[in-house]
Amino acid sequence: MRLSAIDLACRRGGRDVFAGISFSVASGELLAVTGRNGAGKSSLLRTLVGLVGAAGGSLKLEGSDPELTIAEQAHYLGHLDALKPALTVGENLQFWAGFLGAGAVALGPVLKAVGLSTLVDLPAAYLSAGQRRRLAIARLLAVKRPIWLLDEPTSSLDVAALGRLTEFMREHLAGGGLIVAATHGALGLEQTQELRLGDAA
Amino acid sequence: MTALRAILIRDMRIALRVGGGALMGVLFFLVVVTMVPFALGPDLVLLKRIGPAILWLAALLASLLALDRLFAADHEDGSLDLILTGRMPLELVILVKGLAQWLTTGLPLIVAAPLIGLLLNLDAPAEGALVLTFLAGTPALTFIGLIGAAIAVALRRGGLLLAVIVLPLTVPVLIFGVAAANAAVAGPVPFGTPFSVLCALSLASLVVGPFAAAAALRQEME
Repeated sequence: MRLSAIDLACRRGGRDVFAGISFSVASGELLAVTGRNGAGKSSLLRTLVGLVGAAGGSLKLEGSDPELTIAEQAHYLGHLDALKPALTVGENLQFWAGFLGAGAVALGPVLKAVGLSTLVDLPAAYLSAGQRRRLAIARLLAVKRPIWLLDEPTSSLDVAALGRLTEFMREHLAGGGLIVAATHGALGLEQTQELRLGDAA
Repeated sequence: MTALRAILIRDMRIALRVGGGALMGVLFFLVVVTMVPFALGPDLVLLKRIGPAILWLAALLASLLALDRLFAADHEDGSLDLILTGRMPLELVILVKGLAQWLTTGLPLIVAAPLIGLLLNLDAPAEGALVLTFLAGTPALTFIGLIGAAIAVALRRGGLLLAVIVLPLTVPVLIFGVAAANAAVAGPVPFGTPFSVLCALSLASLVVGPFAAAAALRQEME
């Protein structure tokens, strides 16, 4: 599987966010998108997942089911954690597993992996920012999808959780997945390509 | 199918939890209707004559209450991004969200209507007709409301705009709902005529609502 972009451009609110972006990521590879604030890292991810239309250029996904779009084979982890405060930790995860099409998933091991297994019945409203982030990440583990699009995945995570996330990403890459991650810090993974946004601007 | 069931269960759970929309709507309905006899005074004949209209107006306002959070909450916590990019067609997801909304806000009104009808001096046949018109008409209120909720999703004071957009669209429902309820009590028009139109309005909004709301959401998320 190979995800490639040629000369991709994005306009939002009448302003050119970025233009002329080209990259190519294959299975087992990680593309780290870096750049200053406002350089268009989030916009690039939103363009990849189809939430924002590309103003120019092309996006191509090769070597996968041609019936499915990029978004349908991808996990998008945005700034927001997509959790309902009124529902418990278990209910939140169960909903996303059901909605993303995994059917019946054993949530126990997944919650254990992100270190939330003791909080299954706690409403998500009482979680800390880091715990919310971990619950959002649990979604990526509960439903298997080959492409991960991560927007600042490390935000609010403590050192231990950061180590776990790196481990999840390494396993995902080893299993033939590909990752595009917008990030400021180092992700601690070896097979990294870097795409710097906004240097020209 | 799993995806749609997941949405239905999630939305109903949220509505039924503390602070959800279900209890709010029905309480508002009861309060509004209870205020009317105090405002009008104990004129039983008058109350009986305008009772169905009061109940319909209160139901209309109550069904607006929970609508403004329907998509706005999903938008604010990021769920909407994932729903928009999901494999399930957006129209179907919205149809199911509408169904969950009706089950938690429309259905309680139908259950409460006969009880509260007593306050307005409605007799048994009138109450029966009223419940029937509610059953046929409240889905139209919910599914027309979906359109307004989708248009107002990204606005900070969306609730106000929602009322301005939705209320004029619900005028036909109000007219035929009250007409059917009155016809059952007093005549001279047979009950069946306005009631059939009411059913038609609900069926049409069941189709038009999700498509229009999906178009509005897609437009707005650009």
